Amino acid sequence: MDMQNDLTLLTLSKVREGLRAAEFTSRELLEAYRARIDRYEPRIHAFLFLNLDRAMEQADQADQKINIWRKNPEQSLPPLTGIPLAVKDVLCVEGLPCTCGSRILEGFIPPYHATSVRRLIEAGAIVIGKTNTDEFAMGSSTENSAYGPTHNPWNVEHVPGGSSGGSAAAVAARFAPIALGTDTGGSVRQPAAFCGVTGLKPTYGSVSRFGLVAYGSSLDVVGAMGKNVADVAFLFGLFAGVDELDATTVNFARPKIQLDDDVSLKGVRVGVPKEYFIAGIQTEVEQSVRAAINHLQELGAQIIEISLPHTKYALPVYYLIAPAEASANLARYDGIRYGPRSEAESMWDIYYHTRGEKFGAEVKRRIMLGTYALSAGYYDAYYGKAQKVRTLIKQDFENAFEKVDVIAAPVAPSTAFRFGEHRDDPLAMYLEDIFTLPANLAGVPGLAFPVGFDRAGLPVGIQIMGAHFAENILFRVAHAYQLTTSWHTQFPEQIPSA
Amino acid sequence: MQISCYNLGMSLTPQQVDHIARLARLDLSEEERQLYSQQLSAILDHFQQLQELETESIPPTFRVVQSQRPLRMDVVGPSLPRTRLLSNAADVVDHQFRVPPILE
Repeated sequence: MDMQNDLTLLTLSKVREGLRAAEFTSRELLEAYRARIDRYEPRIHAFLFLNLDRAMEQADQADQKINIWRKNPEQSLPPLTGIPLAVKDVLCVEGLPCTCGSRILEGFIPPYHATSVRRLIEAGAIVIGKTNTDEFAMGSSTENSAYGPTHNPWNVEHVPGGSSGGSAAAVAARFAPIALGTDTGGSVRQPAAFCGVTGLKPTYGSVSRFGLVAYGSSLDVVGAMGKNVADVAFLFGLFAGVDELDATTVNFARPKIQLDDDVSLKGVRVGVPKEYFIAGIQTEVEQSVRAAINHLQELGAQIIEISLPHTKYALPVYYLIAPAEASANLARYDGIRYGPRSEAESMWDIYYHTRGEKFGAEVKRRIMLGTYALSAGYYDAYYGKAQKVRTLIKQDFENAFEKVDVIAAPVAPSTAFRFGEHRDDPLAMYLEDIFTLPANLAGVPGLAFPVGFDRAGLPVGIQIMGAHFAENILFRVAHAYQLTTSWHTQFPEQIPSA
Repeated sequence: MQISCYNLGMSLTPQQVDHIARLARLDLSEEERQLYSQQLSAILDHFQQLQELETESIPPTFRVVQSQRPLRMDVVGPSLPRTRLLSNAADVVDHQFRVPPILE
C-alpha cells in the first residue's frame, strides 16, 4: 500500500521511466490510482464517469507491450504506454458517455474520439474517466454542473475552480497523473491555480478542436494539466498540431518536449502589467505572485513594468462574444439528434420544452445574453462593439510583446472561494475571470502554476503569458522556476474520506 | 470584487425577455423570467462601459490567429456508419429521425 501511494506521487516523466525500467507495471500504477479514487472520490467528485475496469484491461495490454519492448528496446514504444489519463467531459472519447455536465446530453455516447484525445490514446494513454465540468464549460467553480460540484482537494468546503475543475482536482488529489481540460475564458488556468497544479492554455489554433463540444468557437482551446511544466509540455507536444478536421488549426513549429535543465533566465524579459495588480486582489495572492516574479529576477530575468490598458474591458467583451457564440453553438441541442427529448405535440414545443427543461440556469442565462447581443437592432451596439474592442485588447498584447518575452500575472484575484459565495450574483462570478479572459480574447498562450499558499492553506497560482505560438518560452520560464522551488511538489495530505 | 447585480440602469422588460427566449427556443418559468430580466439588465448595464471607447476606425477581430485555410481535393472519404450516428437520437425510424409534422 505504501509503495502504491508512492506511485501516485510520481511525475509523468518518472512514471515513464519506471514503467520502461520495469520498476512497476501499468496495472500496479492503475491500482495505486484506483485505491485513492475508491477512498477519496466520494468526497471530491472529480469524475462524471469512471472507466476503471476497462482501463485495467488496457493496463494489462500495456504491460504486455512493455514486456515485448523490453526484449527489443531498439523498437519504438508509444510514449504514454500504460499511463492513466483523465479527460474533461466536454471532449469526446469514443464509447464513453459525454454529458458536458448537462442534462441535455444525458446518455450521449460519442461515436468518435476528439483529435486531442485520439492522439494521446495513440500515444498509449489509458482513459480512466471523464471529469466534471461546469455545464458546457460555462462557469468558474463546477457549481454549474448538472451532476453536482467537484470539491477542492485542499479544502473540500471550497470550489476547485472551473470549468475544468474535475481535471484539476483529479491531478491534485492524485487520481490521475495527467488530465486534459479546455480553456475558453480561463477554464484550465484558474482551476489549476485553485488546486495547485500546472495547467497550460495553448495558443488558439495550435490544438485541434475536433471532438471538443463547442462553447465559444473563436476562444475554445484544449489544454493540459499535470504535476509540473515538464509533464504538461510533454503532453502538449503529443496532442498539438495541425488537423485537417479543424480548419482553424495552424501548422506551427512543434515545441520540443524535453525541456532544458538550464535554470538561468538571462536575457528573458518578463513584463508585469499594472492592470493585473489592482485594488480588491487578495493580499496573499499579490504577495506570492510578486515573490515568484522576484524569484524569476534572481534567476536572471529582467523585470519590466508594462501596461495592458484595455484589460478592464475584457470582461464585457468576453461576456458578449462567448455567449453570442454559445447561443449559436448550443442551437444544436434540440431533442432530435442526441440527448433526451421532452415530448410535445409540435416540433416547436419539443424545442422549447427540451431546451427549457434540460439546460441549467447559467447556460440559459448565457444563451439569452448571446441571443440578445446578436439580435436585430442590438448587434452593432453589443456584439459588433465587443469585436472591435477585442482588437484593442489583442493590440495591447502585440505592443507588450515588442518589449517583453513573457507577461507574468496572477491567475485569479483570490484563492479558491467557498461554495455558494456567488450564488445569487452572476456578475460577481464573472469577475473571477478578469485576469484569464484577455489571453483567450487575444488567442495567446498562458501557463498557470503554483507559487505559494494563502493563510488558509489554499494554493496561489501565477500565469505566464506569451506571444502566439511562444509556448516554448513559457515552458522555459516555468521549468526554471520549478527546478529551483518546491511549491509544485506539494499535494494535499489529508483529504477527508467520505 | 463584489459588484451588486441590482444596479439600476438600462433594463430588459419581462416582455423583451420573452422575445429573446422565443428566439432562443427556451421555455422559461415565471420565476426565471423575472430573474433573467433583473440579472441580464444588471449585466448589460455593467457592459455599458464599452461605449466609453471610441472604436469608429477599429476593425473587428473575428479570428485571432490567421489560419492558412488549406485547400484539399474534394473527394469522398470514409465516414461513420449511419446507424452509429443515429444511435444517440431519441426517436429513429427507418434510419431517419422521427419528429411531429412540421407542415399543417
